[in-house]
Amino acid sequence: MSRRRVVVTGLGMVSPLGNDVTSTWEGIVAGRSGAATIDTFDASPFTTQFSAPVKGFDVEPYLPVKDARKMDPFIQYGMVAGIQAMRDSGLEITEENAPRIGAAIGAGIGGIGSIEDGAKTIATKGPRRISPFFVPGAIINMIAGNLSIKYGFKGPNISVVTACTTGTHNIGLAARMIQHGEVDAMIAGGAEMACTPVGLGGFAAARALSTRNDDPQAASRPWDKDRDGFVLGDGAGVLVLEEYETAKARGAKIYAELVGFGMSGDAYHMTSPPENGEGAAMSMQNAINDAQIDVAHINYINAHGTSTPAGDIAECKAVKSVMGSAVDQVAVSSTKSMIGHLLGAAGSVEAIFSVLAIRDQVAPPTINLDNPDEGCDINLVPHTAQERTIDAVLTNSFGFGGTNGSLIFRKLS
Amino acid sequence: MSSIEERVKKIVAEQLGVKEEEVKNEASFVEDLGADSLDTVELVMALEEEFETEIPDEEAEKITTVQLAIDYVNANLG
Repeated sequence: MSRRRVVVTGLGMVSPLGNDVTSTWEGIVAGRSGAATIDTFDASPFTTQFSAPVKGFDVEPYLPVKDARKMDPFIQYGMVAGIQAMRDSGLEITEENAPRIGAAIGAGIGGIGSIEDGAKTIATKGPRRISPFFVPGAIINMIAGNLSIKYGFKGPNISVVTACTTGTHNIGLAARMIQHGEVDAMIAGGAEMACTPVGLGGFAAARALSTRNDDPQAASRPWDKDRDGFVLGDGAGVLVLEEYETAKARGAKIYAELVGFGMSGDAYHMTSPPENGEGAAMSMQNAINDAQIDVAHINYINAHGTSTPAGDIAECKAVKSVMGSAVDQVAVSSTKSMIGHLLGAAGSVEAIFSVLAIRDQVAPPTINLDNPDEGCDINLVPHTAQERTIDAVLTNSFGFGGTNGSLIFRKLS
Repeated sequence: MSSIEERVKKIVAEQLGVKEEEVKNEASFVEDLGADSLDTVELVMALEEEFETEIPDEEAEKITTVQLAIDYVNANLG
């Protein structure tokens, strides 16, 4: 029996470049940066004083303000992206299909801002002033939970938490559930809002962040010689995944097919990848094997490419080793050059960019790539998007702890 | 200075996300104003904060309508 096929039928996004898919994608193809100096708290004592924030976010068209008030910003971003994805898909929940539709949406960090506020409340006002909504307003699985309550999904309700690979793993594992026959549709993705004093301070202490405070929009520069760390980004990306025959039967708009998913572990270091990119390569190879695709058909790779000195080189080596001679014809770019690193949301917003690259036959650029580092001698799509034939796209995510994931999307055939 | 009644109604409206004119004296938090069990806990906390007092749990459980909240404040803090 052949495997059940998984297709993408709905997209939703909140990002540093816009609060929906259309405006974000316009910014991505145009090569705009969403980075800015932090103005939500006094960042002057920090070594990094900028991020890539969500701007002008309005939850009211999507949720009653009374409900939104009980949700950390990361949950609000995830809810809005999820609602957009559901509207886009046209999927209707009935008594009959509800048990076969689920949600898999996570975050890397979760409600860190709410936890900080809770700690301040305890310290200044005492334990009687902690809100009963503190816990459900901060914990990571509440996007999946709240979306299921809103729409009535009665299938699996989960949140995989794997640092910066969260979005990718939720999508990949959701697709596995559809393939396995457990469900017919999954709402999958990730969200994050970790640009708070403790979040920023923690990543800064790990020396993970760029400190280019005089020019935030030039700070995220994957593979460039002058890169000095990643830029913390906020937002969410959610996709509706459906079993192909079910989607076709209801006349759904199909963006692309999810044909491959691979994972691996580095078994190396808490925050750094092995220099040779071995774990990254294994993750990509596993996705390629899963898709049973010839690497020559992969025309674009949306790289993890965070703009850190070690990670970018390791991924470049991994791409070369996996693609072999086909590396000459593949375009590889990092959309993090524009929106920064959305941690637990990164994999899901980049999955959406991968799907849109297939729809529009365009590889998004890597902005700020003025002088490629040694060994980065492949087509990294510097500065400007490239129109090209794109049949299949591979997208990577790698996270602290050495957790890797790769997805392959392909034009529906 | 607003009256106790006005202050209670303002807090109820804010906490439960309803318009102040909907907050009638006889309104029940759960039946009429859409509160769930956690909303009522938070509402009592907001009343404690506004009137700078502590309402014991066994008393808080009895405050189920706008009028009962007004009565409690009048009786204990008036």
